[in-house]
Amino acid sequence: MAPTRRPSKSKYTADRGIPGAFEGETVTRRRFMTGTVHGAGALMTMGFALPALAFAIGPIFSNVSLGWQTIGYPDDFPDNNYTPAVITTSPGIGEAGKSTVFIRARNPAIDTTPPTQYNRWIAITSRCAHLGCPVRWVPASERFICPCHGGVYDLQGVRVGGPPPRPLDRFFTRLHEGLVQVGPRYSVNSELRAFSPRDPGEPLDGIGQYLYPSRPSVRI
Amino acid sequence: MPKLPAPPIPPKFLPQPPPPGTQRGRPRTPLEKGAEAGKSAVDWIDERTSLSGGVRWLLFRKVPRGTNWFYTLGSATMIAFLSQAVTGVFLAMYYRPDAAGGAYESVRNITNNVFLGQFVRGMHKWGSTVMVILVFLHMGRTFFFGAYKYPRELNWVIGVVLLILTMTMSFTGYLLPLDQRSYWATIVGVNINGTGPLLGPFLSDFLRGGPEFNSTTLSRFYSIHMLLVPGAIAAMLGAHLYLVAKLGTTAPPWLRGKPERELVEEQL
Repeated sequence: MAPTRRPSKSKYTADRGIPGAFEGETVTRRRFMTGTVHGAGALMTMGFALPALAFAIGPIFSNVSLGWQTIGYPDDFPDNNYTPAVITTSPGIGEAGKSTVFIRARNPAIDTTPPTQYNRWIAITSRCAHLGCPVRWVPASERFICPCHGGVYDLQGVRVGGPPPRPLDRFFTRLHEGLVQVGPRYSVNSELRAFSPRDPGEPLDGIGQYLYPSRPSVRI
Repeated sequence: MPKLPAPPIPPKFLPQPPPPGTQRGRPRTPLEKGAEAGKSAVDWIDERTSLSGGVRWLLFRKVPRGTNWFYTLGSATMIAFLSQAVTGVFLAMYYRPDAAGGAYESVRNITNNVFLGQFVRGMHKWGSTVMVILVFLHMGRTFFFGAYKYPRELNWVIGVVLLILTMTMSFTGYLLPLDQRSYWATIVGVNINGTGPLLGPFLSDFLRGGPEFNSTTLSRFYSIHMLLVPGAIAAMLGAHLYLVAKLGTTAPPWLRGKPERELVEEQL
């Protein structure tokens, strides 16, 4: 014979005659306590997990600006050839934080973009628009050439061969107290229209500018 | 003449039974006691934890007929991971994640000056390649033997997570020596991450800890390489092994299972 079971008590306080019970109870005491313990656990977990996560992803949202860096005198830069100059992209880590830019004076015969006080010199990055390898300026062929995957750009930094999806990035330049200074970087599409700086590998023509949005860390 | 019954001996003078766990007969020599020390230590732990059942469940499993050397690739991968973990712990004693040049100097110091440093660093460096190769061979074995099929799909999924984690280890570890190859490989690798639409650019910023390679990029990679991912691999490896023990291994596909006698059609 199967052992007889005690009939289980109702979970509602009204059926069990507990003081304070009322008709139509939906949240039982047990359910309330279970929910409280789960909620407290979740709260405590979020208490350390959320700050730690925000700490790790914080750099995505904080803007980094290095200001203007002096690179030489106006006479140092002819308008028919690029002159390399070294700028700092990340301070405090020596050579690993430096980058080469190629500079020439604006030449109205070549540069059709409207002149402003920030493009009297054309400063082009050495960072290939494909995956970020360092391009070099080859005066004999008047091309920027990337050693990694064969990206080739013309005098304007516009791609003429290889895998890069957009022209080489540029920098704002200005004349300050008789010296040429290089400022923030900006990206251009194939018509040399300026955009907030993008990382290499991100096209800016057509749908590209929406698929690869600008980032708060370097937005201009 | 009948023998008289012996008078009762007081209990105090009766021979005592040996305490439980001791041998009857001659007392054991210290040498024999010493030889049993390991056994008694294990018994002491087992009496308090009942671990032996779990160990027997994990290790003394029935394996199908036809089990062959290809089935050792998973264990080989695990041994490669353990080797990476041990050598990595000791490399971390000398390594300094300083992007201003200190990282390269500390690696140079390990290679040139530290006793057996070149050997341990070589184990870690070549071991990483060995581990990646073994992971892929193990995956190929699982695929071609059909060992990913029901009920082992979840173990395949965990295996894919382990593959991604192994690749993350390779990617983050590549930067740590901070020589020219490390630096440019990381620039290219981070930018490849950035080519993912919509989220890619933000993933790049997360990996670098900013819009450019900077002083925190190296420590970020170092932390991911030696804390975050190894912990995740160890946890996933535990789940992987649990499922292997729980579900058992598969027979090679070229062995035909013997059908139940009741199901075989009678041949006349």
